[in-house]
Amino acid sequence: MGKLIGWIDDRFPLMKMWNEHLAEYYAPKNFNFWYYFGSLALMVLVIQIVSGIFLAMHYKPDADLAFASVEYIMRDVPWGWLIRYIHSTGATAFFIVVYMHMLRGLMYGSYKKPRELIWLFGMFIYLCLMAEAFMGYLLPWGQMSYWGAQVIISLFGAIPVVGDDLTLWIRGDFVISDATLNRFFALHVVALPLVLIFLVVAHILALHEVGSNNPDGVEIKKNKDPVTHIPLDGIPFHPYYTVKDIVGVVVFLFVFCTVMFYFPDGGGYFLEHANFVPSDPLKTPVHIAPVWYFTPFYAILRAVPDKLAGVGAMGAAIVLLFFMPWIDRCKVKSIRYRSSIYKVNLAVFAISFVVLGWLAMQPVTSTITMLSRVFSCLYFGFFIVLFITSKNEVTKPVPDRVTE
Amino acid sequence: MKKQILIFLLTMLPAAVFAEGHVHLEHAPIDTSDMDSVKRGAKHFVDYCFSCHSAKYMRFNRIGRDTGMSDAELRKDLIFTTNAKGEPTKLGELMTVSMTPDYAKQAFGTVAPDLTLEARARGVDWVYTYLKSFYADPNRPTGMNNTVFPDVAMPDVLASLQGVQKAVYKTEERQGMKIELIDHLELEQPGSMTEEEYDAFVSDLVNFMNYLSEPVQNERKSLGWKVLLYLAIFFVFAYLLKKEYWKDVH
Repeated sequence: MGKLIGWIDDRFPLMKMWNEHLAEYYAPKNFNFWYYFGSLALMVLVIQIVSGIFLAMHYKPDADLAFASVEYIMRDVPWGWLIRYIHSTGATAFFIVVYMHMLRGLMYGSYKKPRELIWLFGMFIYLCLMAEAFMGYLLPWGQMSYWGAQVIISLFGAIPVVGDDLTLWIRGDFVISDATLNRFFALHVVALPLVLIFLVVAHILALHEVGSNNPDGVEIKKNKDPVTHIPLDGIPFHPYYTVKDIVGVVVFLFVFCTVMFYFPDGGGYFLEHANFVPSDPLKTPVHIAPVWYFTPFYAILRAVPDKLAGVGAMGAAIVLLFFMPWIDRCKVKSIRYRSSIYKVNLAVFAISFVVLGWLAMQPVTSTITMLSRVFSCLYFGFFIVLFITSKNEVTKPVPDRVTE
Repeated sequence: MKKQILIFLLTMLPAAVFAEGHVHLEHAPIDTSDMDSVKRGAKHFVDYCFSCHSAKYMRFNRIGRDTGMSDAELRKDLIFTTNAKGEPTKLGELMTVSMTPDYAKQAFGTVAPDLTLEARARGVDWVYTYLKSFYADPNRPTGMNNTVFPDVAMPDVLASLQGVQKAVYKTEERQGMKIELIDHLELEQPGSMTEEEYDAFVSDLVNFMNYLSEPVQNERKSLGWKVLLYLAIFFVFAYLLKKEYWKDVH
């Protein structure tokens, strides 16, 4: 074994990479619950890719065959139902894990200097993931696939001058059709996964270059052992965090499998009821709602009376997150040592996000619209309040070393 | 803070309840693990639904495999059709319908929808209530209407079993206007079944349609707890391993 590794090492930096990223990558020893979601996101990505490969072996990206091929997978392909449910539950799991991961970043200031690029790569991953999920949702070719895509693509039509041509270019046809399905399939299974993997690698390389943040927001590299130059508060990622993350993986899989085996439809939120009806361009479903992970942004869109302004607001809701490293001007990273203004502000932001998500799933009434407006304002208010208050924020003293 | 969130959520509750509205659906009394009921339902489905409605994503012998019906039983109870050459339909074939779309359009004005996934698309309670909610309405071409699916094109094919119901109206005032609403349905002309027999008939049928919408559901549930049990045991070892390694940290 040692000989083989030596042979490889003469030709390829195997042990060098192993050490750099695992055995000699020193992570702070005080990671808490919130730090499971990074490794979980990576695992869900692998689950999605592997289950997706098997689905693509049986799925037919053809408007006449797509719906039936999904039912063929559910009925005739050995274990096809399991693969399909893994993939559909995985989509939901991916967003839950990523949202928790992002909230963690906001709580502990993980986007701040010197980690701005990690945050930016992460935001691009999120954007790519939304495109990936959106295109994947068209593939079952049910009513909600069709009309959901219809609504979302039509949003691009609100852009002045080029809007109509743009929607035509995206669809490849005047309506959503076989051409749209075929190109979405190509993008969903080849293009976007490649971009996603590239971005994930960049995200992790950037992280390992500067080192991980932690719940105290202390830079562990500032306190190194004078002899070994190992951070005093750091422990090698492998084996410490590999064995810890296995525990997280098992707990996650327990929840994941509970949903997958007992609530695969997620009460109509993960697999929408209307999507069990084949797509029909002549019949619009009574109530079109996007899948749950897009709903907060959809609520913002619906809250604005003007379509173009709504699309702009929806875009801004995502784009603003990219600028977090510069909107937040406070030097202290962790929420533990920041002012109560920040704590309340972040709590309101997180709650608004969830409430907006719920609001978008309700049929439009004047109350729902009014509430959507209130919570949209609270959502954007987070960034404004943060920008104003963070510069001269009254913070608590940050310890030199991690506290746990 | 937590209290405020709770109060907020509670005040939102009426909005959620109000949004439901529509007709009250009866709970479908089905037992998905009762394969005899599914088997009876399959026969009812073929006898009463399958002439006009397809179940084109399902294969005949899949029903046999899951309910324990032999090939001979399938031939005797479920398969009555032939292919274009006049040969009997094969056991492994998809349950397509023999009625042509053109004929269906002439007869009903529309093609009867495929029912493979109906129970999943609308829910079992909807199907159960729908099948019990036909009533006589001389204004409709078929002479029948339905409270769950107003102005439905489907004739009341189960009337010979259930009998014919009539609507009993009530007057309600809404926003200062008096409107007539259906209060409940009453049996006007008895059919060949008693009410209990008909309810049992419909629940068997709905049980089959529920099975039809996801044939693997029982297997899924029985595999689920084994996987969860495995994970629970794995958790103990994973946790002990973590604890062992982390002894020297802190």
